[in-house]
Amino acid sequence: MALWLYVARRLAVLVPTLFFVSVLIFSLQQLLPGDAAVALAGEENDPEAVAAIRARYHLDRPVVVQYGIWLGRVLVGDFGESLRSRIPVRELLASKLPVTVQLALCSMLIALCIGIPAGILSATRKGTVVDVAANFFALSGLSVPHFWLGIMLILLFAVRLGWLPASGYVPPWENLRQNLTTILLPSFVLGTGVAGVIMRHTRSAMLQTLGADYVRTARAKSVPERLVVLKHALRNALIPIITLGAIEFGRLLSGAVLTEQVFAIPGFGKLLVDGVFNRDYAVVQAVVLVSAGLYVLLNLGADVLYFLANPRLRGTT
Amino acid sequence: MRTILTALTAILLLCPAPATAQSVLRIGLNDDPDALDPTISRAYTGRLVFAALCDKLFDVTPDLKIVPQLATGYEWAADRKAITLKLHPGVRFQDGEPFNAEAVKFNIERHQTTPGSFRKSEIAEIQSVEVVNDLTVRFHLSQPLVPLLAALTDRAGMMVSPKAAKALGDKLGTQPVCAGPYKFVQRVAQGKIVVEKVADYWDKGAFSIDRIEFVPITDSSSRLASLRSGDLQMIERVSPTDLAEIRGDSKLKVTGVPELGYQMIPLNVANGPKSKTLSDVRVRQALDLAIDRETLVKTVFNNEYIAGNQFVSPASPYYDKKVPVAKRDVAKAKQLLKDAGQPNLNFTLVVPPERDRQEASLILQAMWSEAGITANLQTQENVTMLQSGRKGDFEAYFTFWSGRPDPDGNIYSFMTCKGAQNDQHYCNQDVDALLTKARQVADQAERKKLYDQATELIKKDVPRLILWHRRVFTGFSTRVQGFTPYPDGIIRFRGLKLAN
Repeated sequence: MALWLYVARRLAVLVPTLFFVSVLIFSLQQLLPGDAAVALAGEENDPEAVAAIRARYHLDRPVVVQYGIWLGRVLVGDFGESLRSRIPVRELLASKLPVTVQLALCSMLIALCIGIPAGILSATRKGTVVDVAANFFALSGLSVPHFWLGIMLILLFAVRLGWLPASGYVPPWENLRQNLTTILLPSFVLGTGVAGVIMRHTRSAMLQTLGADYVRTARAKSVPERLVVLKHALRNALIPIITLGAIEFGRLLSGAVLTEQVFAIPGFGKLLVDGVFNRDYAVVQAVVLVSAGLYVLLNLGADVLYFLANPRLRGTT
Repeated sequence: MRTILTALTAILLLCPAPATAQSVLRIGLNDDPDALDPTISRAYTGRLVFAALCDKLFDVTPDLKIVPQLATGYEWAADRKAITLKLHPGVRFQDGEPFNAEAVKFNIERHQTTPGSFRKSEIAEIQSVEVVNDLTVRFHLSQPLVPLLAALTDRAGMMVSPKAAKALGDKLGTQPVCAGPYKFVQRVAQGKIVVEKVADYWDKGAFSIDRIEFVPITDSSSRLASLRSGDLQMIERVSPTDLAEIRGDSKLKVTGVPELGYQMIPLNVANGPKSKTLSDVRVRQALDLAIDRETLVKTVFNNEYIAGNQFVSPASPYYDKKVPVAKRDVAKAKQLLKDAGQPNLNFTLVVPPERDRQEASLILQAMWSEAGITANLQTQENVTMLQSGRKGDFEAYFTFWSGRPDPDGNIYSFMTCKGAQNDQHYCNQDVDALLTKARQVADQAERKKLYDQATELIKKDVPRLILWHRRVFTGFSTRVQGFTPYPDGIIRFRGLKLAN
């Protein structure tokens, strides 16, 4: 099958997926306790103001009609406005996406820089202290709660040592230095979590390839061990890591809720949490939809890479 | 790996540090404000930003006296059905437009006619606005309402530029233009709100800080860490659990003043079928007597809050000292229940999932059980709880009122027969008459007498249990000088300085 046909088929599946996600999120929001208009009106709960809010955001219409109105707008690229701040949701998304993308990229960079070398070391020195230490690191990265690690790092690097800011975010085009200092700690917190997963997968994939016949042949031909590991074994072991990396990157893009809260990073995760707490329906729907779209597209990207890397797939997909 | 690290270090070292000629005050907010339009703003946090952006016709002093801000003075008509305001000359909005009587008229009418306005009900008694001359304006009222002045010390008294409001329509909140000492520069949703000093502000000498950044940080540990690290210079509404850490840091200070509001449990007196359980006044009195408020505050809040039993805190000039916080009397509570034929009272208290009230409800449950009362605690999401309260679908629920500078705002709509927030459907004609009369009297001593009488009547009827008043704590760096705490918790920037 040609690549373009494969991509076209996958893109066609994207449409019903996003439709299903939108229906799901719209329905789930109806189950949230409490009325959005009353929540917005606050303690005074003035009936006239509540009615005006309902009318403005069509909350007084049946759910199906509300969904229809929303879908009609989304199809022309209008996500509506935030119930709370009245800022157009499209603007909110446009301002949050670069933040989340940068955080995800930096986290992935840290995760790959730690996870892959640790996985290789662990596989080539199986059963030694290095292997145990790498496994301990991986398990710690996976099991230490992000919010706890975040607070500890803030206390150490911001409060005690004063090297890095405790919270906030400065865009790179405003001040690159401040941008890097604000993004470092949250990226590290997120990165160590993902590094653990990558390390575990790299280790098992490497162990598998290191035991393969062609590696034994290479060693028999007196190929230096460094080349055996990095050229012969690692290249083949990397294929599942590409898929895993794409999935983890997609997950990071959908917003690192707790990390963004702790470091006050104004990204997708914080937007989503605040949206849910404030019953800001338009914001929640848009964030979930865009995150789902990005996730599906990233998976598609990984599949295309896979497709290119593995000719056998062309006959079966 | 080494190359990446070297490159990163090089970038960090090569990037120039920003110039710091301006004095910048960074304030940590507990949450992100809603729309920055005084007419449709609802969230408390927004008021902290408005204090920099939007001057009001009047303000309150730390001891809650009303003083002019954009107005220079006022005069009530003899029948209290009209009030004439004199306006400050030479004031301009941040877009250069003049502030005058026409602008006041525009703003009041905007508050009253904008769909979804949260100010409409606050100034509903203003029937018309008359422009007497360029700097004199008169409000004609449908009925005498002395507390109107207090409404004008908050968002109802904030003036926006008519030109900007007409141009931006319902999007004014995204680019507010007011007549305050600081102008809006930028808002990054959930990130920061930046304001900058207005160069030609009429009283610019009183404001020394050049730029203020409001930074919403919802996590209290992160907020405190940011204050300790020097990223922030002030944080608002500090949690009592964070006080020890601030007090133990020599570079930080904390102030606490009693809040305007109170924490309370409305009891269903006559609102629908669920009022059956607590409709007997003796049962409600028993619930009240079985509580030891001092112990409650000591146990749950480490004595940082204030035990209370009235619609104003003991620190207020309107507090009735003749009705102090009562001592607990379990024997009397049991006797009252016996007399009411409910010796084993069993009722449901709805509590929202919020730490303070959850913990307090457990202590209350234990206190009541010693009087033979079974309180079933039911956790319910806050908005749902408030909606159930309005519909009468409750026996008792645990809520709070944020408080208003004028005592009327803390009692009238809760305790009058047709009050908008009288979820209990409590109705005592004598209380009604006293509270209505208090709205028409300008003299404080005379008003206090009326409120004292109402307090004594309400004490006997126990339509709600007022339990404690919080203290509003503000944490700040020792670099911040000239800070005066206000009971409304809003930071005033006049006279505030930032030392190096």
